Amino acid sequence: MSTAVFASRGKTPRAIPGLAPALGFTILYLSLIVLIPLAGVFFKSSGLGVFGIWNVITTPRVFAALKLSFGAAFIAALINVVFGSIVAWIFVRYTFPGKRLFDAFIDLPFALPTAVAGIALTALYSPNGWIGSILEPLGIKIAYTQLGVIVAMTFIGLPFIVRTVEPVLREVERDLEEAAATLGAWRWQTVSRVIAPAVLPAVVTGFALSFARAVGEYGSVIFIAGNFPSVSEIAPLLIIIKLEEFDYRGATAIAATMLVISFLLLLTINLLQAWARRR
Amino acid sequence: MDTKKNDSVSPEISIAGQTQIAVGDPADADGSHGIPAEAARALPPPARPSLAGRTQTQIAVGDQSAFVYPFEPLQQKNAVITEAPWVRRLLILIGLGFLSLFLLLPLLSVFVEALRKGLGAYFNAFAEGETLAAIKLTLIASLIAVPLNLIFGLCAAWAITKFEFRGKQLLITLIDLPFSVSPVVSGLVYVLIFGAQGWAQPWFGDHVGKVLFAVPGIVLATIFVTFPFIARELIPLMQEQGTEDELASLSLGASGWQTFSRVTLPNIKWGLLYGVLLCNARAMGEFGAVSVVSGHIRGLTNTMPLHIEILYNEYQFVGAFAVASLLALLALLTLAAKSFLEWQHADQLAATRRH
Repeated sequence: MSTAVFASRGKTPRAIPGLAPALGFTILYLSLIVLIPLAGVFFKSSGLGVFGIWNVITTPRVFAALKLSFGAAFIAALINVVFGSIVAWIFVRYTFPGKRLFDAFIDLPFALPTAVAGIALTALYSPNGWIGSILEPLGIKIAYTQLGVIVAMTFIGLPFIVRTVEPVLREVERDLEEAAATLGAWRWQTVSRVIAPAVLPAVVTGFALSFARAVGEYGSVIFIAGNFPSVSEIAPLLIIIKLEEFDYRGATAIAATMLVISFLLLLTINLLQAWARRR
Repeated sequence: MDTKKNDSVSPEISIAGQTQIAVGDPADADGSHGIPAEAARALPPPARPSLAGRTQTQIAVGDQSAFVYPFEPLQQKNAVITEAPWVRRLLILIGLGFLSLFLLLPLLSVFVEALRKGLGAYFNAFAEGETLAAIKLTLIASLIAVPLNLIFGLCAAWAITKFEFRGKQLLITLIDLPFSVSPVVSGLVYVLIFGAQGWAQPWFGDHVGKVLFAVPGIVLATIFVTFPFIARELIPLMQEQGTEDELASLSLGASGWQTFSRVTLPNIKWGLLYGVLLCNARAMGEFGAVSVVSGHIRGLTNTMPLHIEILYNEYQFVGAFAVASLLALLALLTLAAKSFLEWQHADQLAATRRH
């Protein structure tokens, strides 16, 4: 019977219906919302030419902003690698009171709007805030300095590391650890030579995700940064400043540079990861 | 995820796992009784007839904090594959200290700052017309953006998981694209199109009306940044579920639409809800992209996060933190619903999830 139905349609038999409308809408919507607009940025920046972009990004203020965005994101991602791995480790291996609650809170930076995170962190780290007032007598200033940028970027990047490392750590076979132990390895040797290589690719992925998110971060950083030109001004903020000055070319040049550098870094990290997996 | 793991182990191991909790309470896990957790696990279960009567799922659901490994040996009396108690305690202290310092303290400070001048000042902050307008605009933007992305997510997931076609991997990568673009750049994209010198503005200005510095621009930017959430959640889930159910339904004579609404939709409802929650949280909280396209016209194009910025920059801290506390509550609700779904319906959510 079914063959008759298909034959009457005169098409190749396809068991599940709806490919054409579903795929058609998907591609249409994707093109309208994402692809055509993004292509516009590259179209616009190609109008500037490589030299045009170079001239924009080598002005001291823009260069300082790019350096801060990428540098602070790198340091924040490193901090997250260390502490995120410890957090992932204690959630996989140990039990402690309040574990389920803490587990839910790890995703807070995903759920909390960046502007809220920004003003909350500023309130905490400003000289009269809870943490700021403790650090102030010690001569450490966090709010309105580059340290503040790093703190905000650490906040938003944390869940990327934990959520990437956690499932991989859970899969590490305990048999291997036992084998290492029976062969006379100290616990530290087992951890560094058996467990660490197994989770390294996940750590690298988490680092990349955390870094990529921090580079483009705007909302949580601008409040705590203080935004002093050439000192604590991040690249996304400079894009907005250029837009407000109707310097569309300058804004596009910075945006295109950020996109290209992020893309190259992620590509490098992906290659590194592929290499680590093969080894 | 844990439920899945617990379901697949044999009853003896489950009970042994349960014993670990019975013998060593959570605080004991770091060996404060002098008995390592592994040794405690190796002890025979104490006489608890009620335990034997309980079903597997009850045990599994009863305590999620105990990770039961099917391959974990029951005889573990030495500490060679675990750390010394002081190392465990130190690591837990560092980990939880870091989480408290970086996550809990900022969250707590939102509420403390909002209530700094008492409940009266807190509620007065919401009486202002501009605040109410901001709340309304945020609701409008997410009420448009979330359903559109929901339809897109369903279509994309249906096409990608139920059919084979060339370029599928590329399509998945392109759907992920908005995640890797800075929010400010996403906003910039629309300024370049609809701005004063934008290439689409002449036509849109004549036929549709103002897009930039108006509600349509805000909605577009919100759609852009929340674009992948629901599709991201559904694609791995529907890939796992395969096409057998749909094929069975179709062979029994159901129409395509009946198959989708009565077979596919019930299968993915929890994953879908999860995606909608995340999408909505992001839609209501988006700041960077919306900030670029909104033009910050008070009472007209200010969403809640933008209004927070304005109040904060005008040193109206109670007002800023009061609006912020609403968004923080939304975040808490999202997290609570998310953990509940992960706890109750772990098997019906995608196992591999990043966002």
